[in-house]
Amino acid sequence: MNLSETGKEGVSRFLGWLTFVMVLVALIFIFLYAPTEKEEGVVQRIMYFHIPSAWLAFFAFFVVFITSILFLLNKDRKWDIIAHSSAEIGVIFCSLTLITGPIWGKSIWGAWWVWDARLTLTLILWLIYVAYLMLRTHTNEGSQRARYAAVLGIVGFFGVILNHFSVLWWRTFHPKPKMLDMKGIGSGLDPSMIVTLMVSLTAFTLLYFLLMGQRILLEKMRDEVEEIKKRL
Amino acid sequence: MRFLKDIWAIVQKDIVSELRTREIFSSMFIFALLVIIIFIFAIDLSEVRGIDVAPGILWVAFIFSGTIGLNRSFLFEKENNCLEGLLLSPMDRSAIYFGKMLGNLIFMIVMEAFTLPIFIIFFNVSISGRILPLILIIFLSTLGFVLLGTLLSSMSASVKTRDIMLPVLLYPLIVPVIIAAVKSTGVLLEGKSLEGVMHWLKLIIVFDIIFLAVSFMTFDYIVEE
Repeated sequence: MNLSETGKEGVSRFLGWLTFVMVLVALIFIFLYAPTEKEEGVVQRIMYFHIPSAWLAFFAFFVVFITSILFLLNKDRKWDIIAHSSAEIGVIFCSLTLITGPIWGKSIWGAWWVWDARLTLTLILWLIYVAYLMLRTHTNEGSQRARYAAVLGIVGFFGVILNHFSVLWWRTFHPKPKMLDMKGIGSGLDPSMIVTLMVSLTAFTLLYFLLMGQRILLEKMRDEVEEIKKRL
Repeated sequence: MRFLKDIWAIVQKDIVSELRTREIFSSMFIFALLVIIIFIFAIDLSEVRGIDVAPGILWVAFIFSGTIGLNRSFLFEKENNCLEGLLLSPMDRSAIYFGKMLGNLIFMIVMEAFTLPIFIIFFNVSISGRILPLILIIFLSTLGFVLLGTLLSSMSASVKTRDIMLPVLLYPLIVPVIIAAVKSTGVLLEGKSLEGVMHWLKLIIVFDIIFLAVSFMTFDYIVEE
């Protein structure tokens, strides 16, 4: 093992511990520090998981879009690996958003699901990137898979944007984004709630990068195994 | 000029082979008809106002039957390695895409032209005076569906599970066109003018332009070996 690899391992170990501590801190903030919402009650605390997962799902899919373009431009396997890993993690966070949302909705709206613009968009988002992962598993290994996936990564991103407008005009019930109000950022929330949300957001973002690092490492190992198999 | 000639050559090829077999058209038309009939049995028209459900049923029929056509489109090219022949011919790669796309568009529009009168009779709706706006909406939405559908079917044709892969890839992405087409068809069938659907029309046009550009940019990467 050379020096740069030991360095990388050190960084990933540090990131692991940092994420661990940050998640603990976030949990303390969410359950002990943040006050209980006076109208919605304790169920409102799910927001601290819901919003970060939604944000990370969008972020992860944006990474897929960018790395898909980069892959088509210079055909470097590195970009394909990042796109694949980010899509997988994005689908996980998107699923978490779709699970935590209805739990909140059941007690506030009285229904698990309503066909509101944001919910619909998240569901379509999930379907698009599940299809992306399906395309990857059903295509033959190698350059074809990477090229097809990259094209879908680009098409999917534009699909999400167009879907956003169409479902927005279709219907909207979701509570207006609390963070970005007309009156200024975070005016609908208590300051301590904003701090908690920020801490939770940081913890989730660290978790995303930690998972990305591990997933990319796994894919690289898989490549190495394939390489060794070929040599045998 | 050369580019247009190449595109036309591919469209001609598809039309000639379709005229000989009539495979795609007959299966698309019968399937669209069956979808409408199944919906008529599934929804009791004596209890629901026909006009409320008709636009949705029309578009489900169009989309499902269009998927059949799209699935066949590149499958034929794959079967006898025709695609390789096309790729070897001295023409721009995107000409292949536009040729196949126009072929699919023509097949789908012919299918729609036959299905629409039957739909009007079955659901007892009137389109007099709004025929042109309706044709405009149907044409632009079908164009959007085919633009994206041709691109994705060029991928799904070489995937192991090709028949199921195309709808899985295509349907989530086509949602904007479906919503816009159903909403605007509904408004037109209720007797209102085109002005009430301008925002939907704009959305469909933007969709068409975006996916025309994206397909033009990315098709080369799909067929490259």
